[in-house]
Amino acid sequence: MSAVADTHAQEHHHGPAKGISRWLLTTNHKDIGSMYLMFSFAMFLLGGSMAMVIRAELFQPGLQIVEPEFFNQMTTMHGLIMVFGAVMPAFVGLANWMLPLMIGAPDMALPRMNNWSFWLLPCAFLILVSTLFMQGGAPNFGWTFYAPLSTTYGPPSTTFFIFAVHIMGVSSIMGAINVIATILNMRAPGMTLMKMPLFVWTWLITAFLLIAVMPVLAGVVTMMLMDIHFGTSFFDASGGGDPVLFQHVFWFFGHPEVYIMILPAFGAISHIVAAFSRKPLFGYASMVYAVGAIAVLSFLVWAHHMFTVGMPIAGQLFFMYATLLIAVPTGVKVFNWVTTMFRGSLSFEAPMLFAVAFIILFTIGGFSGLMLAIAPADFQYHDTYFVVAHFHYVLVPGAIFGIFASAYFWLPKWTGHMYDETLAKTHFWLSFVGMNLAFFPMHFLGLAGMPRRIPDYALQFTDFNMISSIGAFMFGVTQLLFLFIVVKCARGGEKAAAKPWDGAEGLEWTVPSPAPYHTFSTPPEVK
Amino acid sequence: MRVHAKRAVALAAGLLLPVTVMANWTMNMSPGVTSTSNQIYSLHMTILWICVAIGVVVFGVMFWSIFAHRKSRGFKPANFHENTVVEVLWTIVPLAILVAMAIPATTTLIEMYDTTESDVDIKITGYQWRWQYEYIDDDFSFFSNMSTPKDQIRNRQAKGENYLLEVDNPLVIPVGKKVRFLLTANDVIHSWWVPEFGVKKDAIPGFINETWTRVDVPGTYRGQCTELCGKDHGFMPVVVKAVPEEEYNVWVAEQKEAAETERRLTEKDWTLEELMERGEQAYATACASCHQADGTGLPPAFPALKGSQMALEDMAGHIEIVVNGSPGTAMQAFGNQLSEVDLAAVITYERNAWGNNTGEMVTPKEIFDYKNQQ
Repeated sequence: MSAVADTHAQEHHHGPAKGISRWLLTTNHKDIGSMYLMFSFAMFLLGGSMAMVIRAELFQPGLQIVEPEFFNQMTTMHGLIMVFGAVMPAFVGLANWMLPLMIGAPDMALPRMNNWSFWLLPCAFLILVSTLFMQGGAPNFGWTFYAPLSTTYGPPSTTFFIFAVHIMGVSSIMGAINVIATILNMRAPGMTLMKMPLFVWTWLITAFLLIAVMPVLAGVVTMMLMDIHFGTSFFDASGGGDPVLFQHVFWFFGHPEVYIMILPAFGAISHIVAAFSRKPLFGYASMVYAVGAIAVLSFLVWAHHMFTVGMPIAGQLFFMYATLLIAVPTGVKVFNWVTTMFRGSLSFEAPMLFAVAFIILFTIGGFSGLMLAIAPADFQYHDTYFVVAHFHYVLVPGAIFGIFASAYFWLPKWTGHMYDETLAKTHFWLSFVGMNLAFFPMHFLGLAGMPRRIPDYALQFTDFNMISSIGAFMFGVTQLLFLFIVVKCARGGEKAAAKPWDGAEGLEWTVPSPAPYHTFSTPPEVK
Repeated sequence: MRVHAKRAVALAAGLLLPVTVMANWTMNMSPGVTSTSNQIYSLHMTILWICVAIGVVVFGVMFWSIFAHRKSRGFKPANFHENTVVEVLWTIVPLAILVAMAIPATTTLIEMYDTTESDVDIKITGYQWRWQYEYIDDDFSFFSNMSTPKDQIRNRQAKGENYLLEVDNPLVIPVGKKVRFLLTANDVIHSWWVPEFGVKKDAIPGFINETWTRVDVPGTYRGQCTELCGKDHGFMPVVVKAVPEEEYNVWVAEQKEAAETERRLTEKDWTLEELMERGEQAYATACASCHQADGTGLPPAFPALKGSQMALEDMAGHIEIVVNGSPGTAMQAFGNQLSEVDLAAVITYERNAWGNNTGEMVTPKEIFDYKNQQ
């Protein structure tokens, strides 16, 4: 507890600054973590409201609410904002808050860079969102922005989109460098690599993925910029370029990106399942190896997004086999979680509810992923709503439920108060039902032949689309309840103990709740 | 109360009636009408059942824990956290399942890739937003545009049975013959899909992709473009008519003759009225989706033609941009897409419609000469 005593002695000099400068100039990992989380939630609501527009248009066949041009802008912006604005910053926020607390470090290794990498994000998204108001509208070529639709045929705002992606990339790379520097240099004495909490492990691996692929994304958008403004023909067939090259480069970024959005959630879920099972995590070492294996394999499977582009059959087979292989380490993780629960002493507070739903629904997303990996069958699934169902099953109950579970798990630590358990359970059940209602029928739509990214559809798809829209509205509205719960919890409520969950393990529970502004000024000893 | 209950039932029934009457709850992939689509369907069902079986086991254990091993029931936690045998087993067994799955998938894939020994070759070109079918061996080609009326899309008219899945000129293929498709695109990437055939392939500018099908059951089969290709991506259906061979041969002969007649039309002397009439139709299929039916366009990507300097004054520039397109923009080269007659008609129409009354006309012969000069 010496860390805490120190903090009290120094609080007078080193407490948070007053007013706006506390937030603008802060180098404190907790403040920056909070800002990342608030920013990502704002983006979640913005991206979500675009999804509401999409679902409202698709509620019935025919064009009634928006024009096809605007519909395409909505699908594009929804994807970009959710991926780069909601999910990724939320995990960086969790990393900022929890990594130093979990490894017994006083702060992140590079605090000023930390401030800078956060403040770049609002700038990037201001640019991106401003394209909605430009002549010709926002980017309308899908979040995958395939050339030449995004180059020769893109709207004038494409240049601003490219600039925004560059800034986001810089922010992510700096965040990743910071995470790696912190984890490798600032662990408490005695905390060897194989004693690190899993959330730390998964973030370490995620950070390496980010450093490896964000420059590739920067590269591909730069090539687009050159094609648009400087007369090159990287992706323009009439100038000797290759539109398929775009897809190879994009998915070389895009597939590891998928794991960037899920690996930190794997880590957090491992803590939560163990805590509410009151039993140590089953197979810690195999969990670490599985995450490592998934990360390595994620670089070898990119072209399974491109089975219909006309690759040679050897390439087709290689990417099919490599993709199937990923099921093995992913399976290991699911089996470990289930075995952790087996013969535990389970209780179901909100974090555990979200975690259990995560395991079940992420596994369903994994199953449809396995089906998509079968190349011949993918010729039928590709670019239909089956794919939309698949990636929403891994991203919504995967990444997003993982973030909700983490938020409820650590909210007592952040605010010093317990959240309202009844409201949180209501949030869970409404989200759970809404999400399944929204996304499960999409499997049927895809199998019945509905292509993705269309503003209007043939009559046989009407019923499931209606159900899906109702579920989506329900899920969307429910998220306002989460905002209410968090605000309520921050403003007051039952006092939280230093360790509010009796089964929880880890250094973060040794500091008081709320965590003081400065923690672990003297490193703790890990045995 | 009773009255209320009755009313509620009546209301609920009233609300549900249209749903139950129209209901179409297709939940699964169709086995289709080709050997490829049947093989894909059986792969799909196999992997689906494997997933269901794994799911039953994994979720079974999980739900057992959720019900039996609760703290609220006073269950005391065990303390195990490792078991090498179990961990090796649940690595090896999934691996074995995957290998078993990969074998039939590989066989099917090899068959799908065998485009040799075809009986009919058809080149398919994707345009924003229609398909062109070119019968390479028989030297004729045509465009296939969606034929669903705007009024149905805008909810001003009841939607037809094949809403959004109907075209003016379907692709016609003979039953029982191996048909090879050569796919490419003129502007952006499109993707040609007929679910009942199990055929989906991207049409990519600058590339020629190959795929094939052999349909055994005559009928009309419908699909859609499946690669986002711009604003009317949702409105470029694929319709294929598979007909018996004799019928196919008759149809091919007719098409060849029609193509010959079309070529002869270039020689004819056209009046302004005739060109305007034909131009209006050609404009509606080739130009209106971007420049709009009233010529006002969708600036900045698609400029207005109504009152534009080019349509009112610069005739040479007008012909050039329609025939050769404008590189680096969405304006395509229509020189090879439309016949000389249609090119002349469209240009004439654009110079005289919507109050652009220049009174000038461009004849098919002028277009023919212009193209030959190049």
